[in-house]
Amino acid sequence: MDSKDQEKDSLYLKLIPYFEKYGILLLLVIMIVVMHFLQPDVFLSWRNVTNVFKQISWQSMLALGVFMVIVTAGIDLSVGSIMMLSLMILAIVAKAGAPWYIVVITPLIAGFLCGLFNGLGITLLRMPHPFIMTLGTLYIFRGTGNLISGGTPISGFTDEVRYLGHGRIDLTWLGLEKSQYLPVSLVLIAIVYIIFWIFMNKTRTGKWIYAIGGNPNAARASGINVNKILVIVYSLCGFLSGIGALILAGRTDSGYPNAGLQSELDAIAACIIGGASFFGGRGTVLGVFAGVMIMGILRNGLNLMDVSSFWQQVLIGSIIVLAVYVDVLRRDFGTRK
Amino acid sequence: MSSANQLLLEAKNVTKYFGTITALENVNLKIHAGECLGVVGDNGAGKTTLMKVLSGLYKPSAGSLHFEGKEKVLESPRDSQNLGLEMVYQDLALAGNLPIGENIFLGREPTTNLGLLKFLDYKKIKELTEAHLGKLKINVKSADQKVEELSGGQRQAVAIARSTAFNAKVVIMDEPTAALAIKEVGKVLDLINSLKKTGVGVIVISHRMDDIFAVCDRVMALFQGTNFAESELSNTSRDEVIGWIMGKK
Repeated sequence: MDSKDQEKDSLYLKLIPYFEKYGILLLLVIMIVVMHFLQPDVFLSWRNVTNVFKQISWQSMLALGVFMVIVTAGIDLSVGSIMMLSLMILAIVAKAGAPWYIVVITPLIAGFLCGLFNGLGITLLRMPHPFIMTLGTLYIFRGTGNLISGGTPISGFTDEVRYLGHGRIDLTWLGLEKSQYLPVSLVLIAIVYIIFWIFMNKTRTGKWIYAIGGNPNAARASGINVNKILVIVYSLCGFLSGIGALILAGRTDSGYPNAGLQSELDAIAACIIGGASFFGGRGTVLGVFAGVMIMGILRNGLNLMDVSSFWQQVLIGSIIVLAVYVDVLRRDFGTRK
Repeated sequence: MSSANQLLLEAKNVTKYFGTITALENVNLKIHAGECLGVVGDNGAGKTTLMKVLSGLYKPSAGSLHFEGKEKVLESPRDSQNLGLEMVYQDLALAGNLPIGENIFLGREPTTNLGLLKFLDYKKIKELTEAHLGKLKINVKSADQKVEELSGGQRQAVAIARSTAFNAKVVIMDEPTAALAIKEVGKVLDLINSLKKTGVGVIVISHRMDDIFAVCDRVMALFQGTNFAESELSNTSRDEVIGWIMGKK
């Protein structure tokens, strides 16, 4: 190999990881810039930016859960139903007059147990694919939520229960105006995403999740208890859906039968846009965040420009296909010798 | 050379049924330190089943395994690894999406523990990987390279490095050169020879007579799940071994 080749080679090697890691953030930044030029007065205003974060708050939890599942080369179609069932349980417990700290914990436990149910079903019943188990529980959990609530909305929670979804952190002490507050849900997103970033990248369990997605046989041959890790992943996914329910309870002040309807598809879309591979083992927490943001900004921007929601559907679908095609091109570029 | 002749692993009368199918019947196998045993046989002769029994993936229906003279019951691959028995699978059992170092230490990563959470010690993984690859004279650009970016021969080398990273005494290799380009075969065979020199017992399952005759000291043939023939390599020939594979003596 002559030196020129080597130079070219090392440039490839240096650039590819950055492109792989941060390419999706580039897309996000481009979108923000474009939206800013289309709506210069509104888009980057404090009010609108916090609005975007409030709108994506619960979706970002579902997407993060589904992301971990997708890394194992699995899928969880039931996250929307888990969130709805957890929300209904929360509403019933709240209406029964339980103290706020009990009410706040119930959706988290309910979500975790739903996820555990998925995980045990997939591993113990040896389902041929998680698609089947979670398609089943998509119906089971939503049906259960309707059964226990009678299919009617249950509204009215205390401020403590609503804090995570509705709370505001006052910033007037920074010299900002009263309207320039920080939504608690934004802080929550940041904290949860940082925790799961550390979990996926720095811990042994996180590494094993990637290994299972990369090659389940290799993981098994290495003595990793693959089924145990899968149960943990689906349980965490359920737990995150439970957090989503708590945020939604705060935002809407209501448990309602249509909560989270089809949101599993939004969660999957965010993961795919963010660069996670359906074949498993690939994707980053940062990418999922970017995926959620891109969908949120797209919806928000199109709303600001008064574009019909039908066009929004067409555009989001197109972005999914485009994002994956860019990923295909990127991989071609990456493996070229 | 007493240590070189030490008996490491012995399988006695190993039998394995899958339902009504008899995959192995009263199979015996011995491997000594620093020795390379070639295991040959036609498809379905029971080679892979025997290896899976030795690695703890299958439990034998009858018969026993003895390691350094003591009888051992293997419940899982982890048990055999703890004894110093390592397997290099035909499909290599590597996770392509992970770097070389993380593959070598997969399942046995050095960690810093913080309560229930075990944090990976990336620095130590990299150091140990570089030292180990250096010891085996395996050349790669970087220990951080992802396995999917490597050539077939490099992957095989990583799989072998993985099997020997934890003071392995016996390494079992299933078709180690089957998926390789011709120029890479030599490197892998060199690697097997250098393992033998460090006192590791190597079992090579192969269809390729060239491999068997390049690295093995002894060869045994399985036929329809039974021991069919066995010989020191110096006392046999390619044609005879090929005959054994087809069930002719």
